[in-house]
Amino acid sequence: MKELYKLILIAALFAAAYVLPWDNELIRRSGLEAFLMLQEYARQHVLTCLVPAFFIAGAISVFVSQAAVLKYFGAQARKILSYSVASVSGAVLAVCSCTVLPLFAGIYSRGAGIGPATAFLYSGPAINVLAIVLTARILGWRLGLARALGAVLFAILTGLLMAFIFRRDDAGRAAGPIYLPDEAEKGRSLLQESLYLLVLVLILVFAAWARPAQGSTGLWPALFAIKWYLTGGLLLVLGLMLRAWFKREELSDWVQATWGFMKQILPLLAAGVLAAGFLLGRPGHPALIPESWIQAAVGGNSLGANLFAAVAGALMYFATLTEVPILQGLLGAGMGQGPALALLLAGPALSLPNMLVIGGIMGWRKTAAFSAIIVVLSTAAGLIYGRLGT
Amino acid sequence: MEVKVLGPGCAKCKKTEEVVKEALTESGLEADLEKVTDLLQIASYGVLGTPAVIIDGQVKSVGKVPSKEEVKAWLDTHNGR
Repeated sequence: MKELYKLILIAALFAAAYVLPWDNELIRRSGLEAFLMLQEYARQHVLTCLVPAFFIAGAISVFVSQAAVLKYFGAQARKILSYSVASVSGAVLAVCSCTVLPLFAGIYSRGAGIGPATAFLYSGPAINVLAIVLTARILGWRLGLARALGAVLFAILTGLLMAFIFRRDDAGRAAGPIYLPDEAEKGRSLLQESLYLLVLVLILVFAAWARPAQGSTGLWPALFAIKWYLTGGLLLVLGLMLRAWFKREELSDWVQATWGFMKQILPLLAAGVLAAGFLLGRPGHPALIPESWIQAAVGGNSLGANLFAAVAGALMYFATLTEVPILQGLLGAGMGQGPALALLLAGPALSLPNMLVIGGIMGWRKTAAFSAIIVVLSTAAGLIYGRLGT
Repeated sequence: MEVKVLGPGCAKCKKTEEVVKEALTESGLEADLEKVTDLLQIASYGVLGTPAVIIDGQVKSVGKVPSKEEVKAWLDTHNGR
């Protein structure tokens, strides 16, 4: 199948190169928008926000013990714990979508059952640390917070609903031993690990501290004035921690994990930014798709707009982080805040290719139920959030 | 001796397969090497994390890329040496 996809892609690119009127004014402007948006990301977000965030993701993937989290997914674990852990563990267990599916398959067939398994399946891509950070940074802290909270809540709700709807199925699953990832020996206490992660997060927060609005007063501008001193100081503290608490090998693992994520995610993000710029343009600059179409489809906060956004998000495939520039373009072209949240909550977790794979694991009826629950919840969340803003 | 490497195709899983192949060649032992990529099959072994290495039905490692030395040590143990 993979070779067929490559053929289709090459054919499509050739067709586009051949047929599109590249010197048409609109196309030219859109092309320029694509690169202007890319430049904006390169200048404003990569060094101060993405790079620290990748280091954090790398640290989480290397230093947080997966086994400690996964043991809550066993068949014997208490349900409350399974659900709570499942809903937030996405942040810790899977920064990459390739790890979500095998884990889901394992939890579903041998572990705690369909409830925690689907909760995890949703939360994995939805509570992605990098994605929440970038959302807050580019789309505003309100959407970032709403996304994070919505994701956790939805994970639990989805899991519970699935477990309830399919309660009769659950009894007949195979039980058996599960094998957790091996625990590495560590010479650090929990406190040291927490402080280390806290320092990393604070570095990100202060490095990315945004310029306050003109003329505002109070804590925000005060911190903005000294943000580089704070960041520098924190970097010093980090250096001392690394020297004192970490072995050379662990640091090398950390850097390798970080680099691995960068290699995997940055090219896709760049492609997403170019696509968003080409189709939608930067906020305030129209591009290929007329703003009136966007406003008609997803402007305002009607049920239709939210539903459209949720369904489109559920079907479309978003590579990690690409939902952010696309939403930035859409919001700039007139999308409402409510539908934006709906898309953020339904987009990353579901896509047509994803649904096919999940269907292979848990069957079509359960996959359909899973998708429907997410679309409905996202639409509802969008409606509520949109109303809160006004 | 039956050696299985479980993984749906991410970079770590491919790396694990390479490491296992090298260890097998270097130790000169006879073994059936199988790469399992189907998710339901992987789940049926009960491993919560990929890549995973299973030798003669025993789960040897879950969730990380083992070093060549580790794999050779396992092969030796299973060969009864």
